[in-house]
Amino acid sequence: MLDSTPAEPPTGAAPLLRTVGLTKRYGSFLANEAIDIDVWPTQIHALLGENGAGKSTLVKAIYGLIQPSEGEMHWQGEKMVLSGPSQARSRGIGMVFQHFSLFDNLTVAENVALGLDGKESFKDMSARLEQVSRVYGLPLDPKREVWQLSVGERQRIEIVRTLMQNPKFLILDEPTAVLTPQEADQLFVVLNRLKAEGRAILYISHKLEEVKRLCDTATILRGGRKVSTCNPKAETAASLARMMVGGEIKEVRAPANRRTTIPRLVVNDLSLEPDDPHSVRLRNISFELKGGEILGIAGVAGNGQDELFAALSGERLAQDPSTIVIDGHAAGHLSITQRRKLGAAFVPEERLGHGTVPRMKLSENALLTGHAASGMVLHGFVNTAVTLKTVDRATETFDVRKAKRDPEAASLSGGNLQKFIVGREILRNPMVLVVSQPTWGVDAGAAAVIRQALLDLAAGGAALLVTSQDLDELAEITDRIAVMFHGHLSEPLPTADASREKLGLLMGGSTLGQKEAAHAAGA
Amino acid sequence: MGLIEAIILAVLAASTPLLLAATGELVTERSGVLNLGVEGMMIVGAACGFGGAWLSGSVIIGALCGIVAGVLMSLIFALMTLGLAVNQVATGLALTILGIGLSGLIGSRFVGEKISLAPHLYIPGLTDIPLIGRILFGEDAFVYLSLALVAGVWFFLYKTRAGLILRAAGDNHASAHALGYSVLRIRMFAVMFGGACAGLAGAYLPLAYTPFFIPGMTAGRGWIALALVVFASWLPGRLVIGAYLFGAVTILQLHAQGWGVGIPSQLMSALPYLATVIVLVLISRARTGGSTAPAALGTVFVPDR
Repeated sequence: MLDSTPAEPPTGAAPLLRTVGLTKRYGSFLANEAIDIDVWPTQIHALLGENGAGKSTLVKAIYGLIQPSEGEMHWQGEKMVLSGPSQARSRGIGMVFQHFSLFDNLTVAENVALGLDGKESFKDMSARLEQVSRVYGLPLDPKREVWQLSVGERQRIEIVRTLMQNPKFLILDEPTAVLTPQEADQLFVVLNRLKAEGRAILYISHKLEEVKRLCDTATILRGGRKVSTCNPKAETAASLARMMVGGEIKEVRAPANRRTTIPRLVVNDLSLEPDDPHSVRLRNISFELKGGEILGIAGVAGNGQDELFAALSGERLAQDPSTIVIDGHAAGHLSITQRRKLGAAFVPEERLGHGTVPRMKLSENALLTGHAASGMVLHGFVNTAVTLKTVDRATETFDVRKAKRDPEAASLSGGNLQKFIVGREILRNPMVLVVSQPTWGVDAGAAAVIRQALLDLAAGGAALLVTSQDLDELAEITDRIAVMFHGHLSEPLPTADASREKLGLLMGGSTLGQKEAAHAAGA
Repeated sequence: MGLIEAIILAVLAASTPLLLAATGELVTERSGVLNLGVEGMMIVGAACGFGGAWLSGSVIIGALCGIVAGVLMSLIFALMTLGLAVNQVATGLALTILGIGLSGLIGSRFVGEKISLAPHLYIPGLTDIPLIGRILFGEDAFVYLSLALVAGVWFFLYKTRAGLILRAAGDNHASAHALGYSVLRIRMFAVMFGGACAGLAGAYLPLAYTPFFIPGMTAGRGWIALALVVFASWLPGRLVIGAYLFGAVTILQLHAQGWGVGIPSQLMSALPYLATVIVLVLISRARTGGSTAPAALGTVFVPDR
């Protein structure tokens, strides 16, 4: 394996942080195995790896959230033992969490106060909060409650909260996963500034282009072990990916003879009131999706994608039946089972709890979406031979790896469970497939299998609606891309014309000069 | 003493145990724990409170016994739900059943005994003011204590750092843990506070309301206190309004029976409970903006190490 030398460390004695043989064991499972890394001041150090490679475990140990089973950490040359995050904070280690550690029903200022050690009065803290957010160009209104804020604003709270501790060392766990390209660029400006101020940054991501652009050093983890430390600027995205995966990733290929046919899924002016205070109102959504076509829906999470999925799947019913037309039948008033009988299939974002019942066997989970058709139920009795056969077919076709023939859904890894869920729906030969975040949190190999399956399904004449946060994924498999913002869906752009810049602007609420301004103004 | 004055005095007395128990439960729920065992903690508090007062001859010792009994009961709950991560709803229901049985056992030797009730405040001049004097300056100490407690809880929750941390644990325990707060310890103290308040509320009944102990004397007040917390949408201020409203319904149905309203007395006695159900339905239908329930309410938390 090619091993380029990491960036030259700045002159000076010891690294800011050094881990020596850091190991974390959960039972017999090794989440981290003998990891050595050095992080220097004025460096952005990337931590790369697939899901389950051990990145989160490592940073949790550095932040004092978990205690390593073996190995040592050295802080500025001295041995460091942390019994909790407050000890890490007092040394100058700050962390911005991937799933924000925020409290929805508390105000911005209260959230920030909780991340500090409470040595100053709430009033002084609020004043300092405004000062820090102004200095770094991260505007925040201290009195708003978090649930009212966008994802980008929430991340700003996390960052400002960390900066208020004046940290020497910042850990950021996948900070750009939920940001628009423009928001990510703004974040990079802040990070480069922090670096110039002499701080060290440990940056977790699996967006390789971004790492190449931003980071000085990269450490790659695979299966809990360190594979390599290298200079990401001297690598290619493909070579970094190879090190992460430990082999080549199969390339997804669009079948050549794809032809669009009749409209399979038509949505006419669909509007839906939110059913709880934290959800989004759908506003006048219209699109037409033909057989053989894949339409992508991009957008920052929480802009109405979940609500649109609920309306399309029949989890929530539309007022007017004709707002949703599946294969020529008005379906807005139909239940999810009736829609399945019309040839539609649905794959929700959440694998456990929405896509499957975690404590039920795979065959039982196959029954839950397949009972209306496919001969799984005979005179009210479950035909286990058929449900088991479905599991076997999904296993074979989509390479689902599992410990036994029919395990509980919760026992599968994320990628394998996702392959099973997508497979379960595809094997029903749907004419319309609505799928949300098909490869979210799935390793690269499984993601390639799933994307290929979606392309093949479209080639067979089905209409696909794919919602994703991952613009690269949408670029890879869709024909057209529309963007959701504040419950409003933009006009779809042909994927070839949909540059990151254009999509980013739409994701931030700009309308590219189209006449949706009237609707968006109400947002 | 006019009829109106008598009714208001009776309403205050009937409301105080509801307010005490509900205040404790509000703090417990704000930390993210749903303890359905309020009724059980109250009835054990009533038995121990009466026993303490009867044996010692002191209302204060009786009240302390009630508090200690409530805390001990809540510790059983804390051990199960926090220590062993058992389902909170099931444990709470079990705690109530346990409490009813336990109170019968503890109280059996006190049934038929009588004590003198807690004295009422008397300030010469002030208490003698017609109409409002007895209402404002002639109550027993528990009435003033319950109001002070609500004010204290409000101050704690919204003006202190510890209160902020408690609300944070109830809103998102994973985040609170990630920031380094001990969610289980916070919740244990909140559950104990809830137990202390429920025990005191139970002890109020034989110490200040009726001067004897009978099994089952809490008569569902613990359940009303639970409903009150929802009614108040977890805000201490609204708890006072709710408690006095429910107290009023309880007293008015008694008077209505006395006036010979042509409705079966059993139905009238059911009125406070019926009102609870109706109010809960109205609240759940009316709620549209902003979330009020602690987001982590009733969920089990197991920190990873």
